Amino acid sequence: MPDQVTGLMAAFPQPNVDTDVIMPKRFLITITREGLADGTLADLRFDEDNNKRPDFVLNQAPWTEASILVVGDNFGCGSSREHAVWGLMQLGIKGVIGTGFAGIFYDNARKNGLALPIVSPEVRDALIQIARDPNAGACSIDITNRQISVGTQTHSFDMDDATRGALLEGRDDTLDSLKLAESIRAHERTLTEKMRVSVIQ
Amino acid sequence: MTRTLYDKLVDAHKVCDLPDGDMLVYVDFHIMNEYTSPQAFSGLDHKGLKVWRPEAHLSVVDHVNATRQRDPHDDASKLLIDNLENNCKKHNIAFYGLGDPRQGIEHVVVPEQGLVAPGMLIACGDSHTTTYGAYGALGFGIGTSEVEHVLATQTLRYKRLKTMLVTVDGALAPGVTAKDIIMKVVQVVGAGGANGYAVEFAGSAIRDQDMSGRMTICNMAVELGARAALIAADEKTLEKIKGHAHSASIDFGGTEWRSDDGAVHDQTFDIAAEDIAPLVSWGTSPDQSVPIDGLVPTAADTATPKSKAALERALDYMGLSAGQPVQDIAIDSAFIGSCTNSRIEDLRAAAAVLKGQKVATGVTAIVVPGSTFTRLQAEREGIDKVFIDAGFDWRPESGCSMCLAMNDDIAMDGERIASSTNRNFEGRQGRGARTHLMSPAMVAAAAVKGHLADVREFQTEGAE
Repeated sequence: MPDQVTGLMAAFPQPNVDTDVIMPKRFLITITREGLADGTLADLRFDEDNNKRPDFVLNQAPWTEASILVVGDNFGCGSSREHAVWGLMQLGIKGVIGTGFAGIFYDNARKNGLALPIVSPEVRDALIQIARDPNAGACSIDITNRQISVGTQTHSFDMDDATRGALLEGRDDTLDSLKLAESIRAHERTLTEKMRVSVIQ
Repeated sequence: MTRTLYDKLVDAHKVCDLPDGDMLVYVDFHIMNEYTSPQAFSGLDHKGLKVWRPEAHLSVVDHVNATRQRDPHDDASKLLIDNLENNCKKHNIAFYGLGDPRQGIEHVVVPEQGLVAPGMLIACGDSHTTTYGAYGALGFGIGTSEVEHVLATQTLRYKRLKTMLVTVDGALAPGVTAKDIIMKVVQVVGAGGANGYAVEFAGSAIRDQDMSGRMTICNMAVELGARAALIAADEKTLEKIKGHAHSASIDFGGTEWRSDDGAVHDQTFDIAAEDIAPLVSWGTSPDQSVPIDGLVPTAADTATPKSKAALERALDYMGLSAGQPVQDIAIDSAFIGSCTNSRIEDLRAAAAVLKGQKVATGVTAIVVPGSTFTRLQAEREGIDKVFIDAGFDWRPESGCSMCLAMNDDIAMDGERIASSTNRNFEGRQGRGARTHLMSPAMVAAAAVKGHLADVREFQTEGAE
C-alpha cells in the first residue's frame, strides 16, 4: 500500500448508506471474494433493466473515473458483510472520506486496505462542494501525514494509529497474531474448565 | 477504581496489548453462518492454517435457506450451505444444518442451546451479535477477514470503545414492548449516534423486561451504531441460562458482571418509559419512526437542509406523503420473524392479537419461527393453529427469510410490508420493497386491519 491515495473525488452525500445498498444481497450468494464490481451500489448505478442511471454520480463524466468517494454521515451502517468493502475496491474505489463510519465496515476496510479518512462535517461539506466541480482535479490522501489535499485546500483527518499502520504496512493480521501464540496459550492456561467452551457436535 | 461492565469484559479477555494501540482479545465462543464464512475458510486453506480450537465454534445455516421447505430452493443457496458443511467436516466444527432439530437463526439458537452466559466474549460474522449483551456477555459482529482471524488464533485484534449509558426508567404503558423501547432509543440517539461506543442499557424499564425483550433491545442496538450492547446480569439472567444443552458445562461467573456503582460513562441518555408509545418506522433508516397514532413527518419537522433532503428521499422511496396519518398506510404483506423478534415470546404476543381474528383480504402474512426448537414449542402450545386460522403462512423451516431476503422470500418492487425485523433500508426486503418496522404484536394488528394499526385497540393487556 503506498502512503498516498490519489484520484478523482465523487460526491455521494446521502446519509446512512448501508451495506445492503453498497452490496445488494443478490450478489452475496458466492463463496469467493471476486466478481463483486458489478454488484457494488448496483441499485443506484443501474435501473431495473440494467441500464445505467444517468442521475447517479458514478455514471457521469468525469466521475466515472472517480476513485475516492466523499460520503454522508454513518456510511457503511447495517450488515457486517465484508463484500461491501471488496466490491467498492473492485469498482476502483481506494478511499472514502466521511465524518464517521459504522464500526464493522471501518474494520473491514482496514483489513483490505481501503482508506477511510475521518473529517469534520465542515471539511466534509467543503470537499463535497469541490467534488461536484468537474474541473476540480485529483485529490490526494496522504496516509503518513493524515492530510487531504485537493486544489489549493489542505485538510487534516483522523485515523487511529493501528489503522494507519495497517494501511501503510499492508500486513496480514492473522499471520502476525499467530506470532503471539505463546501469549494466547498463556491466557488459555488461566481459564477454568467451564470457561473453555466446547460445542456439542 | 470503579469500572463499567464493558471495561470489565474487555479487561477479562485481554490477551496482550499491541504496539500500535490495539489489543488482542480472547474469543470464548464463535458462531458462523453460510454467507460470511466461506472466504474465511478459503483464507485458512490459502495460508495453510489450522483452526486453533475447533470445539469453540458453531456453524448454523440460516441466511440463505428456504423456509417453505427444507430443500434448498436453488443451486446457489445449496452451494453456500454445502460449502459450510464441508468446511465444518474438514475442520471438525459443530454444524447445525437443515433438518437438525437445533437449527435456526444463529442468535435464537445460541441461547436455546445454553451457549451464552454472563462474562463471555462472543463473536460472529453478523452485525446482530450485539444480542448477547442481554446476558451480560460481550457480543459483537465481525467481518469475514476477522472470522478467519478468530478461526486461526481464537482471538481478535480489538480497539477499546467508548461507553454510553442509556437509562430507561419508569413503567411502560400497555401495548408498549421491548421493540418500542429500542426503536425509541434509535430515534433519540440516531442511526450512527453510537458509532464507536459500547452501549449499556439500565433503568427499571430494562430490568423489568424478560430475557427475550432484553435480547430484542441489545439486538437492535447495532442500528444506532453500537459495536456492543450490554445489560447487567441479574437473577433473571441466571434463571434463563439453566437447563439447556450446554448449561452445565459453561460458567464465567454470575451477577458480578455489572458496572460498579459510580462507574463513569463517556456519554449518557435518559429516556422516560412513560414517553414511549408503540412505534412504527415510516422511512428508510431505523431512526425514522413515529408513534402509531402519529403522522408521517413534514419538512417543518426537519432541522437542516440535509435532513430535509433525507426526508424527501425517504418519502419518495416509501411512497408516502408528508403529514399523512400513519394508520392510513395500507400494507401488502406482514412478516413476523428475524433474530430481533421470532422467539417464542414474540410468537405468543402476536398470537394473542390474532386469536379469533382474520388477516385482511389481500394481505399476505408470513411467520417464520426463529428456530426449529421454537417452532416445535409453539406447535406444542397450539400457537401455530392461531396463526394458521387467522390466515398466516406458518413456515415449517426456520431462518432469516424475509428479514433480508437472501432466500426465496423476496418482496416485489413497491410491496409494503409490516415487519417485525430490524432494518428498513432501501432494498432490504427486495428491490423497491417498503418496510415498516414494528413489534410482532403490531405486525399482527396491521395484518388484521390491512393497514398500520394500533395494537392497543386489540385488548392485549397481559401479553408481552
